[in-house]
Amino acid sequence: MPDHTSQPESTLNPADWVDRHGDTLYRFALARLRDAEAAEEVVQETFVAALGARDQYSGKGSEGAWLLGICKRKVVDLVRRRNRPDTGTGGDLGPDPSEAMFDAKGNWRLDPRILKGRPEDALERKEFWQAFRGCLGRLSQRQADAFTLRELEDLKSDEICKELGISASNLWVLLHRARLRLTACMKSHLEKWGLL
Amino acid sequence: MGIALTMLRCREVSKLVSESMERDLPLRQRLAVRLHLMMCRMCAGFARQLRLLRRAARENPERLGPDEGAPDARLPDAARERIKAALHNGHE
Repeated sequence: MPDHTSQPESTLNPADWVDRHGDTLYRFALARLRDAEAAEEVVQETFVAALGARDQYSGKGSEGAWLLGICKRKVVDLVRRRNRPDTGTGGDLGPDPSEAMFDAKGNWRLDPRILKGRPEDALERKEFWQAFRGCLGRLSQRQADAFTLRELEDLKSDEICKELGISASNLWVLLHRARLRLTACMKSHLEKWGLL
Repeated sequence: MGIALTMLRCREVSKLVSESMERDLPLRQRLAVRLHLMMCRMCAGFARQLRLLRRAARENPERLGPDEGAPDARLPDAARERIKAALHNGHE
């Protein structure tokens, strides 16, 4: 029997997990995977893995934080699975927007600036998010996944390379293409809405 | 590389700006980019924008879900029941 001082500060209640944490984990996964079915799968995998590993819960952090940590790993696992080289998209760096965005001399064809005034003010605008979200959805799967792991999840480059099975220079190309395409796409959206 | 400092074009600068968000560029390239950014408002704006997109994505990831309702999305009932059943079986 553990003595009183080593009692965990929090305990796990697996019976309530789905009701207490299901929505939070689902929203977390949905934002990163952008696919409802994949997000549900990740939530299920998270709970099943957590149940199997509940002896390893130290009781230090909250139950929710512990589950979220497991969910983060499951999201990355799913991204790896759906980008496996044998899924057909493997090694594909997606369309290169450079020709459309730069002239033969290497100058911008169009001003890439999508935000006037203080760019930071854009974060307050609903249209900024609408354009960002919509344009992220139009990237190739690999470009969007690389962007998500790097920018939303803040994973290190070498971890992403390992998960996606690509070299560092390929990752840089993927991210650069993703960023150029986001720029061009967001610009055309915001222009269409008369915000530029 | 025999590229003179002043020879960098916006196309290369955009690539290096993006790359500089992933790793430290060699000194020579870093200086060439910095020089270009001082002279080119478009590239400077582009660089600032990329940092803003990064910040936005990290601060508010749920707003980038597949649709507008993603920040308030709820685990669908069917999935909820399925997962509960899976957990219940896992107990036994």
